[in-house]
Amino acid sequence: MAIAEKALSELTDISSQVRAAVLFDGGGKVLASTLPAERAEEFAVAAKLLWEQAEVVRTDDEAKLTQLEAATADGSVFIVREAEQTLAAVTSPEPTAGLVFYDLRSALRSAGEKPKPKRRKAPAKKSKPKAKPSGSS
Amino acid sequence: MGRRSALAFGAVIGTLLGIGLYDRFFRRDQRIDLYFEDGSMVSIAGGSPEAAVVIPYAREALRAAR
Repeated sequence: MAIAEKALSELTDISSQVRAAVLFDGGGKVLASTLPAERAEEFAVAAKLLWEQAEVVRTDDEAKLTQLEAATADGSVFIVREAEQTLAAVTSPEPTAGLVFYDLRSALRSAGEKPKPKRRKAPAKKSKPKAKPSGSS
Repeated sequence: MGRRSALAFGAVIGTLLGIGLYDRFFRRDQRIDLYFEDGSMVSIAGGSPEAAVVIPYAREALRAAR
């Protein structure tokens, strides 16, 4: 299993409030998801448009949008972004926002981690012959 | 007189119920919280014009994830 998919799988295991999650890049390409491919694409497109609309709400400031929650009676949509990767998730209604954001950030960081290179055994050192003690003291 | 009073009372109750239901289903449960990198947060109420633009995309995302 790829690292990103594993991170999302762990996210839904850890957070009982998260129903589904999709990780996508700046162009909207799905990198990992807990949904079937077609629905993941639809979810990613909707989340990307939601983010773009939310970004223009506050035009008076230079501060970048880093995360958002859109709450409705049917549930909430959470989106967090770091660098070029965006993680969007849906939850049941009235979730604990702070916890969900924390879990999403952790999952996003885990998904962005590069696989650790496998440890190779260091070649055995050649043992040098012990020098003979010279002379007697 | 009695019938008029009953009608007026019914109208008042109906109006209050209507306002309550509208608030329950269309406004109170809808909200958008935006968090910015400088630590600031903007909360947009469900009934505002900004929310009217953003909420449909949230609904679409929820529908896709169902």
